[in-house]
Amino acid sequence: MLSRRNPQLNSHGELIHLLSIEGLPQAVLNQILDTAGSFLSVNDREVKKVPLLRGKSVFNLFFENSTRTRTTFEIAAKRLSADVINLDIARSSAAKGESLLDTIANLSAMHADMFVVRHSESGAPYLIAQHCAPHVHVVNAGDGRHAHPTQGLLDMYTIRHYKRDFTNLTVAIVGDIVHSRVARSDIHALTTLGVPEIRAVGPKTLVPSDIREMGVRVCHDMKEGISGADVIIMLRLQNERMSGAMLPSAGEFFKNYGLTPEKLALAKPDAIVMHPGPINRGVEIDSAVADGTHSVILPQVTFGIAVRMAVMSIIAGNNA
Amino acid sequence: MTTLHLDAEALYADLLAGVRGLIKPDAVLVGIWSGGAWLAERLQQDLKRTGEHGVISSALHRDDFGSRGMTAAADHTKLPFDVEGSHIVLVDDVLYTGRTIRATLNELFDFGRPASVTLAVLVDRGGRELPIHAAVSAARITLPSEQRLSLARDAAGRFSFDIKGPN
Repeated sequence: MLSRRNPQLNSHGELIHLLSIEGLPQAVLNQILDTAGSFLSVNDREVKKVPLLRGKSVFNLFFENSTRTRTTFEIAAKRLSADVINLDIARSSAAKGESLLDTIANLSAMHADMFVVRHSESGAPYLIAQHCAPHVHVVNAGDGRHAHPTQGLLDMYTIRHYKRDFTNLTVAIVGDIVHSRVARSDIHALTTLGVPEIRAVGPKTLVPSDIREMGVRVCHDMKEGISGADVIIMLRLQNERMSGAMLPSAGEFFKNYGLTPEKLALAKPDAIVMHPGPINRGVEIDSAVADGTHSVILPQVTFGIAVRMAVMSIIAGNNA
Repeated sequence: MTTLHLDAEALYADLLAGVRGLIKPDAVLVGIWSGGAWLAERLQQDLKRTGEHGVISSALHRDDFGSRGMTAAADHTKLPFDVEGSHIVLVDDVLYTGRTIRATLNELFDFGRPASVTLAVLVDRGGRELPIHAAVSAARITLPSEQRLSLARDAAGRFSFDIKGPN
């Protein structure tokens, strides 16, 4: 059998694209987290910019809407001194019938150095990475239900910031796991970083049965799922992705799986509560928890900028 | 070829004397990570200066980023004072092409506008590629470009030189 190299790594094992956390060695994840730590302090400087991507053009290609992710990528690229071009592809070329690869060929002709891609189709960033010029780098900013690696990495950064060590943690991921690329990226990252217990918590309709194959314990009972947890990652109930009768109602979901102060009391006293945002108050999380002392939801956003700076500067410094 | 012998401890004594002669009372010591930071730490003690010395890293401003890429945990910069208007004595172990100093100066200016910056080094090995000059250098030597020279520090805090590459 032919051994195929991970398309994200060059022949020296260095990161050249970030497409998925799956298959990345622990050393690469640690390199990203360590580098992110060093970028966090750039915010405290008189000049909040470093010149690592000076003269480079970063194209934000969002075929699917996102405000937070696109904005944090834009801030990250600008802090690295890149020129940032935001393309609202969802409303432009694609709507006129241009194929994905034609769009990329045109943008490459505009001398792009990096593409940050969000797409509703799983695998779209891989396709772009395969077809772009060797000097061009691709970052997956979320593809279909497949992966959202920078969110996974910023979640890992947040966990490491508050818990230091991954190897003694119980992490509960709660809610709409079946539609969540964040959950998949988190599970791959947590596994690679040595977290001994990962729980996927939610109703049968929203927790895919094959997730056990990823080494995850499935809990359909919320109380069992968050009992003794060090970290609780709440997922957004993705109404816009919901089709058919997967849920009786949002109110019913909140009753069973919404994170309330009473349920949170079952976790460890120093547990942290995370959420990739945007949060649906009263659907998956109670306001008292979202705004409470255990919540690290807003620090996650700040860490997200440093993590995206780390990813972009690492891949830009490595050659294919 | 003879093996180069550099007594880092003896050179440090010369550096200490040189820095003592030029440092103003209100100046601050800033060491370039990592060798220069060790030197600044020891100079701070030996010169009995109050407060904390600064540490600065060139990593975020290096001109070889495109070929060398990003090193993990690159930002060791810690400047526990206001850079704006301060007199800074920048300390490093080895001065060579001057590119590290150029990058370090850019890093420093991201924190404010210093009143002055003076450079003190343990060893000036020549080979400058930029117009940069050290006010104090404990030794001036010439080394073949293949050789790498860097400071090492043992558990007891004693300095020695690490020389890599063909003799």
